[in-house]
Amino acid sequence: MNNRVRKLREQTVRTKPYITPERAVLITEFYRNDAKNQSSAPVLRALAFKHVLENKKIYIGEGELIVGERGPAPKAVPTYPEICCHSSEDLEILSTRKKTPYLVDKETRRIYKEEIIPYWKDRSIRNAIFSKMSQEWKAAYEAGVFTEFLEQRAPGHTVLDNKIYGKGLLDFKKDIARSMQQLDFLNDSEAYEKAEELKAMEIAADALIRYAERHAEKARELQKKEKNRERRKELKKIAEACTRVPAHVPRNFWEAIQCYWFIHLGVVTELNPWDSFNPGRLDQHLYPFYKRGLEDGSLTQEEAKELLQLLWIKFNNHPAPPKVGVTAEESNTYNDFALINTGGVKADGSDAVNELSYLILDVVEEMRIPQPSSMVQISKKTPDVFLKRALKIIKTGFGQPSVFNTDVIIQELLRQGKTIEDARNGGASGCVETGAFGKECYILTGYFNLPKVLEITLNNSFDPTTGKKVGLETGDPTLFKTYDELFGAFKKQLNHLIDVKVRGNNIIERLYAEHLPVPFLSLLINDCAVTGKDYNDGGARYNTNYIQGVGLGTVTDSLTAISYQVFDQKQVTFRQLLKALETNFEGHETLRQRLLNKTPKYGNDDDYADGIMKAIFEAYFDAIDGRPTTKGGKYRINLLPTTVHVYFGKILGATPDGRKAGDPVSEGVSPVQGADRKGPTAVIKSVSKIDHARTGGTLLNQKFAPELLADQEGQDRLAQLIRTYFKLDGHHIQFNVIDVETLCDAQKHPEKHADLLVRVAGYSDYFINLTKELQNEIIKRTEHKSF
Amino acid sequence: MSPEEILEEIQKDAAFFEESEGGITVSGGEPFSQPDFLKVFLGKCKQQNIHTALDTCGYVSSKYVEKIADKVDLFLYDIKLMDGRKHRKYTGVSNRVILKNFKKLAEESRSFLVRFPVIPGINDDVDNVRQTAEFVSACGVKNVSLLPYHRAGIEKYKALGKSYKMGNTRSPSDKQLKQIKQSFENCGLRAKIGGG
Repeated sequence: MNNRVRKLREQTVRTKPYITPERAVLITEFYRNDAKNQSSAPVLRALAFKHVLENKKIYIGEGELIVGERGPAPKAVPTYPEICCHSSEDLEILSTRKKTPYLVDKETRRIYKEEIIPYWKDRSIRNAIFSKMSQEWKAAYEAGVFTEFLEQRAPGHTVLDNKIYGKGLLDFKKDIARSMQQLDFLNDSEAYEKAEELKAMEIAADALIRYAERHAEKARELQKKEKNRERRKELKKIAEACTRVPAHVPRNFWEAIQCYWFIHLGVVTELNPWDSFNPGRLDQHLYPFYKRGLEDGSLTQEEAKELLQLLWIKFNNHPAPPKVGVTAEESNTYNDFALINTGGVKADGSDAVNELSYLILDVVEEMRIPQPSSMVQISKKTPDVFLKRALKIIKTGFGQPSVFNTDVIIQELLRQGKTIEDARNGGASGCVETGAFGKECYILTGYFNLPKVLEITLNNSFDPTTGKKVGLETGDPTLFKTYDELFGAFKKQLNHLIDVKVRGNNIIERLYAEHLPVPFLSLLINDCAVTGKDYNDGGARYNTNYIQGVGLGTVTDSLTAISYQVFDQKQVTFRQLLKALETNFEGHETLRQRLLNKTPKYGNDDDYADGIMKAIFEAYFDAIDGRPTTKGGKYRINLLPTTVHVYFGKILGATPDGRKAGDPVSEGVSPVQGADRKGPTAVIKSVSKIDHARTGGTLLNQKFAPELLADQEGQDRLAQLIRTYFKLDGHHIQFNVIDVETLCDAQKHPEKHADLLVRVAGYSDYFINLTKELQNEIIKRTEHKSF
Repeated sequence: MSPEEILEEIQKDAAFFEESEGGITVSGGEPFSQPDFLKVFLGKCKQQNIHTALDTCGYVSSKYVEKIADKVDLFLYDIKLMDGRKHRKYTGVSNRVILKNFKKLAEESRSFLVRFPVIPGINDDVDNVRQTAEFVSACGVKNVSLLPYHRAGIEKYKALGKSYKMGNTRSPSDKQLKQIKQSFENCGLRAKIGGG
């Protein structure tokens, strides 16, 4: 990388995240003064958006070419008090906690204490959510049966398609005007609301155009003062780009990237949607600009690479909005899950890999920073050369890119009712979530603790950790005569607890629809601007809600252990087993060893355990898939953990698979850490028994010893392993390629391993930033030393 | 386990074989110590179109070799020492039948990967290396793996309470291995350091 990139990279890697009160102050100021104007909710939100963008500080850093920061400077993280009003104690925790701290200086604390907190403490949506949840919901939430994604962050989980590269915001405004004209105020009872929404979109579009112009003004001002001639030229070009986009169509590669970045900033300034925001199929969107630039000589490959690297730095400048409480436990990272897709297929089904796909991989390899995340989409048409190029980066051990199966993503989207074109233009975002890019609102509503459901079933509605009654009385398990009776009780409990979760979701979704519409994001996602409906109110072409299952491996091995040891082999009675769990296996080590070593386990291509896994998968699917959402969409399932498997394990007692109380549960669809003993091919066979096509994403982690992938032959073997998994319709696979010794050494001497990146869930993070529990969990994942 | 049970286990990996053009390797001990089982088992693999490799020291009656030769796609064949006297000294048996079997299989144009263990002070001398290379080459066989002696067995012997007789033998150096590789290549062979 060149000097400019190196310096900016150094800055983004070294600067510690800190809280800026900028946005909170502006929002509070706006609400104090203007909220009384009785505007409709969308117009109010658009005006709030405008107020922030008109008044926030404009930052153009030294050497930057792509400009714009969500806060006043890189790594300055705003808060969103209308969603979550951080108390003084929260700020103290954020600032001083050992892992993922956000520094909060004295002046900031004073501002929150005097200005922000007094106004928002009873007005935030978080407040409204918790006050509206039932006792049942609260008991389950507190027991750790599920988490609630929308209590501190807004619905987002969406990705952009190519629409901003062929149309400027001024063209978007023309579309809005057309939609406005077509409103039927005589016959459509919602026409007024729609008109307000469309009006709000227009205000939001203008606000972003103005925000870009402010950058142009700033650039011109800097240009006047600048002594260096080269830099003066650059500032002139920055000013030109910011005048041009996003109002008009970008004319070149630079403007296309700058255009996306302004749009990105708009989305993450309006609210703090989950998974920040994401350009999606970047190699597809930028390719026409790239090709044209190379052809007419206005762009070199080096320049294109530099601009991409500068975009990478922009992503890394933006840590996730601060999270506290359970949300911090479930997603304990600065990473905000923007996942750049490369490869895949085009709308006509042909292979989409192009030169830019390779250039993006070069950028990923050189930058080696946690944000943005990157992935390759591999279809059966994708050339092996592309997969192998990706493996060359994977083998260097920082967890990127992850590898996705385009053919199955398309199957998943088609099953959910998307058109074939929308499916092919889609991909995966966040960790592994499937989406129709630019056209779908796909909301993750919370993680669901599958092993906890079993624990509650085994205790007949009682949660041993909190000592409270959670869920249904499904019967005293010691009286069950068959495994089927137990499994029946488990299913009943599962359905009940999902009911509890969904009832809560329905309320929360409406709170967002009514109080926090997002006119700017709505402008970007089809077909909100046509129908005049907000993204948070079902305006998107497709609306999907997810509840993410966690601990599939742990619950499988636990039910397998009961089936095998209690009912089949009759090696232990139910009563003895429950006693052992209650005492965390104290004095029952022989039994525990039997459970660990003499019992079938998921992940070994053993049909006994895998059959039970399939039954659990089906039960989870049946409990959720197809339920209606308040947006007119459907519920679907996916299986991924971020960091919640650590939290879900922490509040879970000992489990029948031999796991001790407090230890993490399994993550994604991966087998229990250390339970897979027959090598990676057996893991893949087991995991393939899940019908991935009926999910919206599954996450499989694999760990390989570096020496296994050191030579071309090893990499070829890995490519074949991936191709086989994908032939068997697996959704996603990702790798850690770091030896255990290095990880253990990093635990002991963090100062020597400041740059050690590892794969956690659907993202990479600095190992030393992880909690001790998560570090141990990663160390414990089975390391394959041969295929 | 019966041949059927093993086959069932192998079938679980069929999807991977298809992608990698891989298959199974029968190794030991010495697979030929169970010749009847070997014949039935390999026959079943071939019926299922599974690629078969056989890892053998070649010290086996030629009538057994004949019986299974058609069912083996690749022989991983050990040639340790060309000098008959030395061979007897270190392995306890003559190498005559080993070389004879090899020659015969080579005449039938079977596929081979010759495995040459490099054991310092025992078979790594220039003469033995040259003779081995010439013999292999004369038989029309091309591929040779050099397997450097390693000391991983010491702990195992200890754990089993057995005495380890080669405690003083060191692993060959990279330089030595490269020289030996070159000697094989000089005879027109494709030599590789390490198994596989």
